[in-house]
Amino acid sequence: MLDAIVALIIILIKIIVIVVPLLGAVAYLTLAERKVIGFMQGRIGPNRVNILGLRGMGQPIADGLKLVFKEIIVPSEANSYLFIIAPIVTIAPALAAWAVIPFNHGWVLANVNAGVLFVFALSSLGVYGILIAGWASNSKYAFFGALRSAAQVVSYEIAMGFALVVVLIAARSSNLQDIILAQQGGLWHWYWLPLLPMFVVFWIAGVAETNRLPFDMAEGEAEIVAGFHVEYSGISFAIFFLAEYANMILIAALTSIFFFGGWLSPFEGIPVLGTLFGWVPGIIWFLAKTAFFSVLFIWLRATFPRYRYDQIMRLGWKVLIPVTIVWIVVTSLAVELHVGPWFS
Amino acid sequence: MLENYFSVLIFILIGVAMGVAPLVLGRLVAPHRPDKEKNSPYECGFDAFEDARLPFDVRFYLVALLFIIFDLETAFFFPWAVVLDKIGWFGFGAMMIFLGLLVIGFIYEWKKGALEWE
Repeated sequence: MLDAIVALIIILIKIIVIVVPLLGAVAYLTLAERKVIGFMQGRIGPNRVNILGLRGMGQPIADGLKLVFKEIIVPSEANSYLFIIAPIVTIAPALAAWAVIPFNHGWVLANVNAGVLFVFALSSLGVYGILIAGWASNSKYAFFGALRSAAQVVSYEIAMGFALVVVLIAARSSNLQDIILAQQGGLWHWYWLPLLPMFVVFWIAGVAETNRLPFDMAEGEAEIVAGFHVEYSGISFAIFFLAEYANMILIAALTSIFFFGGWLSPFEGIPVLGTLFGWVPGIIWFLAKTAFFSVLFIWLRATFPRYRYDQIMRLGWKVLIPVTIVWIVVTSLAVELHVGPWFS
Repeated sequence: MLENYFSVLIFILIGVAMGVAPLVLGRLVAPHRPDKEKNSPYECGFDAFEDARLPFDVRFYLVALLFIIFDLETAFFFPWAVVLDKIGWFGFGAMMIFLGLLVIGFIYEWKKGALEWE
C-alpha cells in the first residue's frame, strides 16, 4: 500500500515537472507570436507590461489574470452541460499527449511501445472538443466553424497517419525513443532526408490539424468571426487558446522527434564540431529543435494568406494523400532492399 | 509495461483537472450577472432568426465516411510497418495488394467527384 502511494507521488511529481514548464512555454509562445509578427510587420508588439525592465514580458500573466476575472457567459440557447465540457475535452488530450514524449535518453514519463499510436489517438481526440463546442453553442457561426474544422481535421488526419506509417516503416518501431535511436549518426541520418516528402506532408498536416494559419478556416475571423469558440468568454475561451498553443508545441516536438532526431546532436560524427559540441545535453537539442518549429508556425502565419476552403480540401485529399501512398511503397521497397545508410 | 500505462492514465486525469480548475476558479472570482440580451446567441447584433441547428451540406458526411475508411486502412498499416523487416517479401507483397485495392477505391472516389468542393 505504502509502495503504491510512493509510486503515485513520484508519477505526480514527474507529471508536474512536465506540465508546469509546458504551460509556461504555452504562455510565452502567445507572447512570442505577438512579438515576432509585430517585428515582421515593423511594429514593436506588446511592450507595456514589464518584468525586470524587459518590455512586454509580463503580458501573458496580465492576459491570464484579465481572463480569469471576466464573466463566463453560457448562452441561454446552448446545451449548458456540453458547453462547459467542450474546453475540458480540448485541453486534456493536448496535455496528455506529452506523457510519451522523450526529452532525452530515458527521460520519458511513459516509455510505451505504442507511443506513436497513443499520440495519434490523442491528437485525433482534439476534434471532439471543437465539434462539441460548435454544436453546444447553438450559434450559426460556431456551428459553421465546427463543421469546417471537423472536415478539415479528419482530412489531414489521413495524410498525417500515412506519413507516420512511413516513419514506422523506416524506424521499425512505434516507440518514440526507438524512433530517435534509429536516426543516430548525425544530421544526414535523420529522417528528414530519406523521408523528405513525408516531413513536408507531416508539417502541412500538423499546421492544418492545429487549425493554424494559413489553414484556419475554423476561425476565419473575416467571415465567421471566431468560428467554434465565438460564444466562449473569459477563462473558458482561454482554455481553448491554451489547448491550441499546447498542440502547436506538441506538433513541433513530434516533428523534431520523427524527422530531426529528437535529442540527438546535429554534429554527431563530424570530426571537430562533434567533440566541440559533445558536452551539450540532449534535452537542449530537443528544446532548440522544438522551439524552431514553434517559431515556424508563427512565421507561416505572418507570411501566407489564408487558403480557400475548397483549396484546403483539394490539397489534403488530392495532393498529400497520393504523395504519402507513393512514399509508403518507395520506403517499404527501400527497407526490403536495405538501401543506403538509413535502411541497412 | 502496465505501470507505464498507469502513468499515462494519471496524466490524462491531470489534463482534465487542468481544464476543470480554471473554470471553477473563473466561476468563483469572476462576476456572474446574466441577462437576456447578453445570453442570446451572437448574430452580429440581430436577434437570432432561427435555431442554429440547420441542415448542412451532405459533403461533410461524405468526408466523414471517407475518413473512417482511410483511417481504418492506416490502422492496418501500423502493425505491418513495425515488423516489415521480419516478414520479408511475402509480407511486402501482401500489403501491396491491399494498398492496390485501396488505391483503386481512391481513384473511383476521385472520378465520382466525391473529393470536389466548388
